[in-house]
This record gives sequence, C-alpha cells and structure tokens, in this order.
Amino acid sequence: MTSSTFEQVRSIASDLFSTPTDRISPDSSPETIESWDSIQHLNLVLALEEKFGLQLSPEEIEQMHTLGQVTKLVETKLQSTPK
Amino acid sequence: MISSVEKSTDARNQIDQLIEAGNAELATRCLADLWRAEQGGAAASFVTTRFEKLRDRLPLARCRIAILRSFTVEPAVPLLRASAFCSGVDLAVHLGDFNAYSQEILDGRSSLYQFSPNVVLLAVRTADIAPELWDVYADQSAESVQRISQRVCASFEQWMRVFRQQTSASLIVHNLEQPIQPNLGVLDGQRSCAQTDVIRQINSELHRAASSYSGVYVLDYDALIARHGRLRWHDQRKWLMARMPVAADQLIHLSREWLRFLIPLTGRVAKALVVDLDNTLWGGVIGEDGMTGIKVGLDYPGAAYQALQRAMLDLTRKGILLAISSKNNPEDAIEALQNHPGMLLRPKDFAAIRISWNDKAQSLREIAQQLNIGTDSLAFLDDNPFEREQIRASLPEVAVIDLPDDPMQYAATLRDFPAFERLTLSSEDQQRGAMYADQKQRSQAEQGFQSKEDFYRFLQQEADISQVTPGTLARVAQLTQKTNQFNLTTRRYSEQEISQLANNRKCQVLSMRVRDRFGDHGLVGVTIVRDQDAVCEIDTFLLSCRVIGRTVETALLSYVAESAAARGRHKLIGRFIPTKKNAPAREFYSQHGFILDSQNGEGTLWTLDLRNRQIACPDWVKLTINRGGQN
Repeated sequence: MTSSTFEQVRSIASDLFSTPTDRISPDSSPETIESWDSIQHLNLVLALEEKFGLQLSPEEIEQMHTLGQVTKLVETKLQSTPK
Repeated sequence: MISSVEKSTDARNQIDQLIEAGNAELATRCLADLWRAEQGGAAASFVTTRFEKLRDRLPLARCRIAILRSFTVEPAVPLLRASAFCSGVDLAVHLGDFNAYSQEILDGRSSLYQFSPNVVLLAVRTADIAPELWDVYADQSAESVQRISQRVCASFEQWMRVFRQQTSASLIVHNLEQPIQPNLGVLDGQRSCAQTDVIRQINSELHRAASSYSGVYVLDYDALIARHGRLRWHDQRKWLMARMPVAADQLIHLSREWLRFLIPLTGRVAKALVVDLDNTLWGGVIGEDGMTGIKVGLDYPGAAYQALQRAMLDLTRKGILLAISSKNNPEDAIEALQNHPGMLLRPKDFAAIRISWNDKAQSLREIAQQLNIGTDSLAFLDDNPFEREQIRASLPEVAVIDLPDDPMQYAATLRDFPAFERLTLSSEDQQRGAMYADQKQRSQAEQGFQSKEDFYRFLQQEADISQVTPGTLARVAQLTQKTNQFNLTTRRYSEQEISQLANNRKCQVLSMRVRDRFGDHGLVGVTIVRDQDAVCEIDTFLLSCRVIGRTVETALLSYVAESAAARGRHKLIGRFIPTKKNAPAREFYSQHGFILDSQNGEGTLWTLDLRNRQIACPDWVKLTINRGGQN
C-alpha cells in the first residue's frame, strides 16, 4: 500500500463521511466511522470507480472492510488495468 | 511540486477557514470553484455539507423536491444538491420508497403529499413499469403488446390526473428508455410491431398527456441516455447488487438533467447573455487581423464561431436577450458586426452594446441597467479566463460560462448551460428582442421633452385590464416568479396556484397589457386581490420592469379600487414587503393616498378608505376593461 493512493482514498472518505483527514487511518471501518452506512458504502464504491476509472465487482465490494483494504484493492486493480 | 490531493485538501481547508471566519461570500465562490474543478460524488458531499453551514447567510431560493422512483437514485442526490447550491438553490429532498410511486401518488395522505413538495420527479424504468416490453418482448403477441402499452399509458394518465387534483406542485416525468439492443436484433426494425416502435408510441402518448396538464413536464430520459451512450450509461452489476442501473461516471449527467428543470422552476434563470467579440464571436482579433483576417463563416475554423452564433440566435427564440461587452475600437467592431459576410448576428440582434476599453464589470453593470434587469440575471461568455475571473470576483451574482479551449466546443457549451433553460414560452418571450429595440427608441424620445407629462401624452399609452384566462396563465405565473423590482409583496406563484386563485370566488387575478406609439409591451402588470367581509386585500401587485415609471401602475390601481368599491367593499388594504430589489415600489401606497396602518418585521400595511377616496386613472392612459377576460 503506497501513501499516495491511501491519501487519495482518505480524501474521498473524508468528503463522504464528513470526517477530518487526521481522524482517518488505514484501519478506519464502518465500526469506527459512524456515518459509513450502506448507502455511504455504495457512494464510496461509486466515488472510487469515478476517481480511478475502475469497475469493482460485487465480490470485491464485499471485501472492502477497512480503508487499508480499499487502498490495496484499488492498487491491485490499477496494476491490472492497462492505462 | 504539489500533488493534486494536496491541492484539493488545501482548497477544502481554505473553505472551512472562510466559513469559520464568517466570510460567506468568498466561501461560496470557493465552493463553486471546487465544484467546477471536481464534479463527483466525494466533492458533492463536501460541497453540500459546507453549504448547509452557510445557508442562513446566503440569498438562496428554497425548493422542496420529492423523487418517486423504481431504482436507487440516492448517489445522484448529493450531486443534484451540490449543483443546485452552486446555482443558488437550497434543495430539500424527499425520496419515495422503491416502487411505491403509484400508491404515493394515488393516496392523498401519503408521505409524498405530507412533505408538501414544490417539485416531484417520477423516475420509472421501462423494465419496472413494463417488464414485458423490456427483455421478454419476443414472447409477446401483438394483442398483449397492445394491452400492455394501453395499461402503461393509462397508468401515467391516471397518476398525472390524481397528482394535479392533490397538489399544485410541478411534476417531471421520465419517459421510457429504449433497450440497449432490441430483443430480436435487426429483425426488430423490419417488423410491423417493433419493440422500439411500441416504446416510442408510449413516449409520444406520455408527451401528449403531460401537455394537457399545466405544470406537468416530460424529461426525455431516453434521449438523455442516447446522448451519453446507452452502453456507457448502464452498469448491470450495480443494478444486480444495489438496484442502481446507472454507471458511476454517468450519474452527474442525470443530476444535471434534473437541474435543468429546477433552474426555470425556481426562477434562477439568466435573462440576458453578454458576449465578448474577439476569439469568442469570431476567431482572431478585429483590431489586428481586420475584416479579412477574422474567422467566421461556413468553413473551418470560422464554422465553430458561426455555430456559436446559431446557438445564440436560438436563445433569442426563448426570450433571452443578447448584449456585447468588448474591449475594442468601436468603429472596427461595429464594421465587422454590420458587414462581415460570415456573421449570423447583426447589431439589431443585440439589446445593448458596450464596446470600449473600460473594465468589463462596469460594462456589465451598465448593460443590466439599460435592460432594466439585475446583474444577477446576466450570463457572461468570454474566451479569456482572466476576464471571467474578474467578473466572478467583482460580480459574483453573474453566471459566468466556462468556455473550453477548443472553439469547436463553444456552441455545445452554450447550449448545455442550465441558466438558459425554459419550460414554457409566452408570446412575450418570443418577441422580447423586438420589444427592447422599441425601448431603445422610447429612451431616445424621452430625452426631447420638457416635462414628464408631455412625454406621457406623447407616448399614447393604452392599458387593457382582464381577468386571467387559460391563455394568459403561464405569463401571469411567470411574472409573479420573475418580477423583482416593482413588486409590492414578491409572492411567487406557480401556474397551478394562479389557476386555483382564479377559480376562488373571493379572489380576482387581473392582468394588464400595455401598448404605446412605439409598440406593444405585452402582458406586463398583474394584481391579485382577495375580498373578505368589507375589506379587499391586495395580495400581489407587480409591474414588469419594461413599464416602470410610465404611470400605468396608477391605471391598474385605479381599477382595483373602483372594482372593489363596486363589489361593496369599504376598505382597500395592501402590504409592502421590502426586499433587496423592490425599492422602486416602496412609496407606491403612500403616493396613492393610502394611510400607514401598521408595521411589523415583515413589512408595512397600508389602508385606503374606499367610501371617501377614489384613485383617478391618469388622463394620458387610455384604460380598457375586458369583462369577458379575452386578452
């Protein structure tokens, strides 16, 4: 997990969950962020797809438990998608 | 080097600091800049939460919208609210339950009506309302297709009818989308009962039904999808996972299309477009390249500029005025405007022209004054980013259009701009350009008279007063929505509300047309009065800015007083509710002999005793009352 991808993910999460960036870490999850509900989860998926030009499958979306996992997933997808 | 993440984080921190410091105006500008730079779900969430902190300090129009739907629209809502905030509209949104739209419309006590919306969106997919016409069309017999299509049309018709009985809100109905591919492939195009034809017929029936109700509009959802590409629009996986059929990067287009309806419904429209000349209306610089050097015509690259001019002409057909603000030598520029063979626009097409070396913000102020509209009704088109920023900084209320670098995109950019959307057109809208040409003559004439009275007599004004009719409903509602200056109470009414008032026995909705020797001003005055016991109250009294200062308001008031007395009322009362813009109407009641009755936080209340006081119509206005109401 590189810091630059995480920063981008954190910035999206900060906007969506209305939470300052300094209170968001790779361990942040629906358990630690109150506003991270199912609709916000969908919004997170859409924002990632839009920002990184990706398509996430239902299986991948189910694995997104923490922002660290989200970041790793995005990086894996970016490596496998030819630019 | 600063990364883009840092830049956008900085922009957000700056906005939060501005809000903290109480600088609402600059915070608003920065939010609008941020939204232009990053239109997406994340930024939308940031922009809406910050506007929510600012809303009480900003002059935002409030609007309540309910969205009835057969699919997940939640992710599009923040996008819509963010765009609306940046256009000056504070949206409260109510979402209907999945596929509950029919009950919600038909049940007068549903949560839909309890929300008391101003606008309702009905977004239903073809696959949900008519699954037989979607992916199992090949199994259907001609008879069953017929039956299904009748059922769908009857449902829409019933929803519109019941909706109209229940509420005066506006209704926007998505039409039905076509499948990505017809079930039978190219054979569909050869069949007498083609799948695509059936959906087209339902859509044209929908269009017909909507046009028979006032305030019911069709959103051409099928054309929206086609414009952005059917294959890109759909995301089948999101549909199966979250009942969200629209791809992430297409949601912004859906929210923008919704906004196109909300802008005219909330009155946040631009009434005039001010354009630059060099490298905007034509390619090149007239002062340097000369008549033979500038580019405008049928061929590349001049065709891009001609296409922009064509788009501007189309705006004039919607009643939008054109004006020029250019830094140039006036002789050079006028020569090109008058004589260049490639130009579609000529000086007569512009209601105001400012060609000088002055600051453009000053030109825009002068243009607004000449056209008798506020600077917040102007849109500004200029290829030069510096000029655009200048205007944004000094006149933040002006709608500045961001032109892309490529002139071939200019026309499309202009056509895409939501502030030029209209949902109805009155005959006044279509003739507005010509009316302003008459106005230029009037202003010139006015300067030649010794006294105001001489000028009024010279004008030979004729005022016709009528009850509102179905034919004038749209214009009357439009005037209540758009008139800011000579407007005593600034109460906004939709067409449906006006129609309800007109049907109320205790109310009179009167309209006034004005003509003079230079031409017809059209329907320019509205008053709504309500009788209660011995009192007649003036609910609304307004005059289009075109006829302010010509004493026709006295003519209208004289009839209001006379007719109220004739109906046996003893007292005429009226309120003045001050706004930022209605100073021209402040002295109206005191000037006409009303006595100040009381004052509260909202405004002042004025009274005229009809038993011993009448109001005379000025002898230079010929007043006609159309009892039948034809107007």
